[in-house]
Amino acid sequence: MSNQDYKPNSKHDPDAKFADNERLKTDSEHLRGTIETDLGDQLTGGFTKDNFQLIRFHGMYQQDDRDIRAERVKQKLEPLHNVMLRARMPGGIIKPEQWLAIDKFAEEKTSYGSIRLTTRQTFQFHGVLKPHIKEMHLTLHDVGIDSIATAGDVNRNVLCTTNPVESELHQEAYEWAAKISEHLLPKTRAYLEIWLNGERKDSTELEPILGSTYLPRKFKTTVTIPPNNEVDVHANDLNFVAIAEEGKLVGFNVLVGGGLAMTHGDVNTYPRRADDFGFIPLEHTLAVAEHVVSVQRDWGNRVNRKNAKTKYTLDAFGIDAFKAEVEKRAGVTFEQSRPYEFTHRGDSFGWVEGIDGKHHLTLFLQSGRILDYPEKSLKTGCRKIAEIHKGDFRMTANQNLIIAGVAEEDKAQIEQIAREHGLIDDTHTEQRKSSMACVAMPTCPLAMAEAERYLPDLVEKTEALLAKHEIANDDIILRVVGCPNGCGRAMLAEVGLVGKGPGKYNVYLGGNREGTRVPKLYLENVGEETYLPALDELIGQWASERNEQECFGDFVIRKGIVAEVKVSKTDFHA
Amino acid sequence: MLLSQLSAAASPLSQEQLQKLQGLVAELNPIQQAWVSGYLAANANTAALGGVIGQTAAPAQEAAPLTILYGSQTGNAKGVAAQLEAQAKARGLTAKLVNMADYKPGNLKKEKFIAVAVSTYGEGEPPEDAENLHEFLVGKKAPKLEGVKIAVLGLGDSSYEFFCQTAIDFEERLQKLGAQSVVARADLDVDYDEQAEAWIASALDALEPELKAQQSAGGANVVNAPFGAPQAAHSQYTKQNPFTAEISSAVKITGRDSTKDVRHIEIDLEGSDISYQPGDALGVYFLNDEALVDEVLIALNIAADAEVKLGEDTLSVREALIEKLELTQSYPGFVEKYAAATGNEELAQLVTDKAALREYLDARQIFDVIRQNPSDIAAQALVDCCRKIQARLYSIASSQAEVEEEVHLTVGLVEFEAFGEQHYGGCSGFLAHCVEEGTKVKVFSEHNDNFRLPADDNTPVIMVGPGTGIAPFRAFLQERDAREAEGENWLFFGNPHFTQDFLYQVEVQGYVKSGMLNRVDLAFSRDQAEKIYVQDRIREKGADVFAWLEKGAHFYVCGDATRMAKDVHQALLDIVKTHGGKDDEQAEQYLKELRSANRYQKDVY
Repeated sequence: MSNQDYKPNSKHDPDAKFADNERLKTDSEHLRGTIETDLGDQLTGGFTKDNFQLIRFHGMYQQDDRDIRAERVKQKLEPLHNVMLRARMPGGIIKPEQWLAIDKFAEEKTSYGSIRLTTRQTFQFHGVLKPHIKEMHLTLHDVGIDSIATAGDVNRNVLCTTNPVESELHQEAYEWAAKISEHLLPKTRAYLEIWLNGERKDSTELEPILGSTYLPRKFKTTVTIPPNNEVDVHANDLNFVAIAEEGKLVGFNVLVGGGLAMTHGDVNTYPRRADDFGFIPLEHTLAVAEHVVSVQRDWGNRVNRKNAKTKYTLDAFGIDAFKAEVEKRAGVTFEQSRPYEFTHRGDSFGWVEGIDGKHHLTLFLQSGRILDYPEKSLKTGCRKIAEIHKGDFRMTANQNLIIAGVAEEDKAQIEQIAREHGLIDDTHTEQRKSSMACVAMPTCPLAMAEAERYLPDLVEKTEALLAKHEIANDDIILRVVGCPNGCGRAMLAEVGLVGKGPGKYNVYLGGNREGTRVPKLYLENVGEETYLPALDELIGQWASERNEQECFGDFVIRKGIVAEVKVSKTDFHA
Repeated sequence: MLLSQLSAAASPLSQEQLQKLQGLVAELNPIQQAWVSGYLAANANTAALGGVIGQTAAPAQEAAPLTILYGSQTGNAKGVAAQLEAQAKARGLTAKLVNMADYKPGNLKKEKFIAVAVSTYGEGEPPEDAENLHEFLVGKKAPKLEGVKIAVLGLGDSSYEFFCQTAIDFEERLQKLGAQSVVARADLDVDYDEQAEAWIASALDALEPELKAQQSAGGANVVNAPFGAPQAAHSQYTKQNPFTAEISSAVKITGRDSTKDVRHIEIDLEGSDISYQPGDALGVYFLNDEALVDEVLIALNIAADAEVKLGEDTLSVREALIEKLELTQSYPGFVEKYAAATGNEELAQLVTDKAALREYLDARQIFDVIRQNPSDIAAQALVDCCRKIQARLYSIASSQAEVEEEVHLTVGLVEFEAFGEQHYGGCSGFLAHCVEEGTKVKVFSEHNDNFRLPADDNTPVIMVGPGTGIAPFRAFLQERDAREAEGENWLFFGNPHFTQDFLYQVEVQGYVKSGMLNRVDLAFSRDQAEKIYVQDRIREKGADVFAWLEKGAHFYVCGDATRMAKDVHQALLDIVKTHGGKDDEQAEQYLKELRSANRYQKDVY
């Protein structure tokens, strides 16, 4: 069965018209569209309507500097259009020579000059003007990096737990992440032709897995090594949870249907945990990956994009039906799920020694923004390390950076550079390290409120509250996002702020440390003047009334401050 | 006056002669009368020269009029020329006012009396209308002009190096051909009004006796040929009598990171009768920076309320300096007068060295000259050193077909750093920093018939307007849009950076979308390693540009005169050679013909 003969299931309203994105994918000649014509259009720094969407499949978003949007209207200038590029880096591993090329391009050819590490374990360039886009792809290509399918209705960059300690297990898991990424990639030559000066070939090529109209919606995959849930499995459509025996990978538990995106005011949308389909041995990995995708491709809702993700397909068709279809198509039977446990999600900062004897330094980078600030030249520091580093860099799903594979004799020098440039800062509190924000303003077109730029301030205020209640060394997983789309994974935080409007947020409470519970709405559309006093009170209660080791998220559930979300579809909006 | 009404008293004839004449005339039909008139005129001429009257009637030889040739860029020289014509006629002299662009050089050999009023722009160049004649005079076909009497007046701006150069050229060239100046050439600065009047009087005094003798001997020959396109009705508001309008909007339209500061200014003309056409300019009077004026007054130890006389008016020196006198654009005359008035030897010395003075002035505004040379000078003496503030002319960036009783300008802020502080152009600084919605500003419209859309709406146009040169093309596009003109439109625009300096970007995009603009080519010079300018784009698109010219397109250039317009001209020549298969001379000729047909027009500054 391919999506060509797919008929929308009656559950999806058979008479409804497909979403417009389906038309543009269909008409795009396998994602080519008229992007090349737009590149030659000198009149605008942007892309025309369909291409605006299509470039996402090539890993780019058209954005503009929203801070000066109104100003430019008065100036009779169009918005300051630029693109954001998100690279495809399965498992988030970057070699030093790649880092140097990335650093150089960011410095010379982007408006913001930064390298932004993201929750998809990759980096983003922000503020690339149209005339530099091709050069950007060629530059990355020269060092073996592409940005194919890191956005759009496809399987996006595949995450992999960074776990530097269990070096061998990590290596195996990482290889699977890379293989899955390759396997699920679009097969169209569009990227090659448009960005890498590839020869234009007949576009009758096939997309055996994704289909000519690609997926109904974005699709996210991880390979996860418990007990660290750094990748946040419940934010992903498909997760391969590594099961090891005596340090060797033997197979995966497959978790399907997680996802955090929702739409304000639409109760048919909700963040949802992934369901465990069971265990598969390693040899079925690619087949299972392919057919979770193919079932979602054929069963996913192509009429209503707000209900098109795998999580809704599961809820629409039933977990069992979906799983049976995957088994049928992949020729696999899911075994009983193997036991595993997630105990945490955060990164362990500082040095650790791997079982292979190499050393790994995890650096905390607030909101993943690598830039030279007046007081700390983070970007220069990273570049200097890249110039001498013999191992690699690993971007964590928490937007931090690991200098991995450092020999004993090189440790001191790397640490010295890191300290000189503020990459190691002993003054960071646990609270700061447990806080995260998406990019939001001024570049993200979806943002309704500040996130990254607000985070430092909010962290400080939260630190003050903790200090006030004499628990300054404790922390709460705090995440701020500019919109309900999910990039900063606020819907798996103990305290999640989701942007509603300038200075206004919905406040969700009740996620846990491990990231296995979706929080619930506590305050709607409120500003600091409302939620800071509320947090003050709750933190006060938590400080005095908590059980031993009880985290803030568990506390608010136990106290009935918010109800626990067990089944999102029924509980989240209840 | 009819012959039948003539009385002996009013004519040189006796009563008897008059009766005979009236008797004869009564028998003649109008054609016969005309012939007789010519016959008699020729007869008289020959008699006067002592010749023999031929047996057969010869056609009357016309008495040579005073031919007033003007070459004008902004209309000032034309204005002076028209004044000269009016004064000549008032004295009963026959005069003929002709735009140099419309003058057939072949007619030169018939001239006996020539007056020239011509301006100079850029680096001593003739205005476009004067180019052909200017060149003709040094060519092989130039006739001998022995015995021809000439009077030459030049208009210019002494803040430029080659002040009144074109007038100098014209006089020299005419003299070389044998003509003789009857009055000293006038090289007039921007505040030329009074001196022009005086010169006109002395020129006519010098010319009158010979003209009179010649004309009373010959038949008076009144020429009233219309030249140029019909003018829009003249407004009562003029340079001398500007309208006090209100600024309705003043916005910086370059991006926040731009190296340029360009303002879009909208002015409300409601209540005036000012009308304009696309291609016209707006004269704007401005106020000098009050803080700088105060600084000058303090430096010179002059009380702000000291009274001074300006012509007939008495006002405070502060007011005079803010509103009435030029304090930004520097020129040699000021230094000369100021040196004399203050007894500043150093400045006096400087005045004698033209090159050094030029260099000195290039770096300074009048404000600087004064502040750097403070002296005890009386308020009146200071005021007497200064010339009257001149309105600045801006190409209008709107069409009344779209904006009705408004006028829009695209003003580039002139700014530079000198002596540790930022300096601004007088008018652009005023418009950029001192106006807001509601600010009053004195304006008048200045017609420019040398920059007009084709009369035929189906004619294609190519517009080359980098930088603020885009202004009149915004007016053109608004006009053609309102008229639903079918002709194709092609815009070449350039500036340093796409993201910061694409003036009127959103409007241009809109015109492209609506199909109004058929082609747009952009040159953003600083967006890549090698600099790209409009002329490069024109060359790139040479084949199409030539094809458009061949199908009758009009070609317009607006903006920088010193470099851009020349480079564009060269690019055009190259295109005509390459794509038209012409040699250098033919290509020049091709463009010359375009110009004569008013199909190649420039508004450059």
